[in-house]
Amino acid sequence: MSTRIYDCLKAISEKIIDNKDFLTDLDREIGDADHGVNMARGFQAVIEKVPSDQTDIGAVLKTTGMTLLSTVGGASGPLYGTAYMEAAKVFAGKSEVTGEDFKSGLEAAIAGIQKRGKAVKGEKTMLDALMPATDAFSEKLAGGASFADALDAACTAANEGVEYTKTIAATKGRASYLGERSIGHQDPGATSLTMTLETIRDFVKG
Amino acid sequence: MVGLVIVSHSWKIAEGLKDLTTEIAPTHNGIIAAGGLEDKSIGTDAIRISEAIKQANDGDGVVVLADLGSGVMSSETAIELLEDEGIRVQLADAPFVEGTIAAAVTAMVGSDFDAVLKAAEDTRGVNKIN
Repeated sequence: MSTRIYDCLKAISEKIIDNKDFLTDLDREIGDADHGVNMARGFQAVIEKVPSDQTDIGAVLKTTGMTLLSTVGGASGPLYGTAYMEAAKVFAGKSEVTGEDFKSGLEAAIAGIQKRGKAVKGEKTMLDALMPATDAFSEKLAGGASFADALDAACTAANEGVEYTKTIAATKGRASYLGERSIGHQDPGATSLTMTLETIRDFVKG
Repeated sequence: MVGLVIVSHSWKIAEGLKDLTTEIAPTHNGIIAAGGLEDKSIGTDAIRISEAIKQANDGDGVVVLADLGSGVMSSETAIELLEDEGIRVQLADAPFVEGTIAAAVTAMVGSDFDAVLKAAEDTRGVNKIN
């Protein structure tokens, strides 16, 4: 029997793999048309490499991060890989997730992505979904909302973040070569990040 | 001798630059190419790069030269993965081809880590056509 964390990770992997073409098409508009292909290859490796009976969430996330680092190939590899590995530290030795843990995990992921990509909010990156999502999650949680409700708020904010990326020009990564011409297109990284959060929400809500 | 690791999205570019560098600095035996993914497809792999750094290190440290984009990010990730290994390693902020060759020649004559890194980075301002 597989663990909850494995099942959740498998759901995330399937979501990314199912959306391979969509993510690649988004990337074709402003990038190098490899986001979906790269992420799908990475998450295919993740579901093959992560032991389905591993209960330590930190260990699972660390294996996920290391696998993404070596199989994604593009910039999403070190970015997502570092995000999962930093989040892994929060969950080391834990086999259950509380709202507070999840919040710390999101914050650690943001810090990891910023360390790696040196991006700030408003540069048309995955952070434009993840940062508002984390803020919304924390705010809901502080107000006494359940984990599931806080995740709902996080997903709403992440989707708004994706919409926001359509309105701004890219200044990081290959899309930055296009400058103003990248306006009007949503960021593929912000999109895959939002898909990840939505899958976690749906999984938690069961 | 200060080791060198050559990082590119392309397996062929990394191997090709290694061949060229070995031709110019034939007695340097610590040049390791870490291009592409494991199956030689296009991409960069932080784990392979960190293994290459370990292999290139004979105790005098390793300078990493990367092509662009995720080549840089994966190299930085690889260096971070080795934090506890006690290897002196740094990514050069340098043109890929010129920097690699300057670093190799400088390392080959027995220069220390700082000199090799500087040789690579000093190629940044060099005009291609004089």
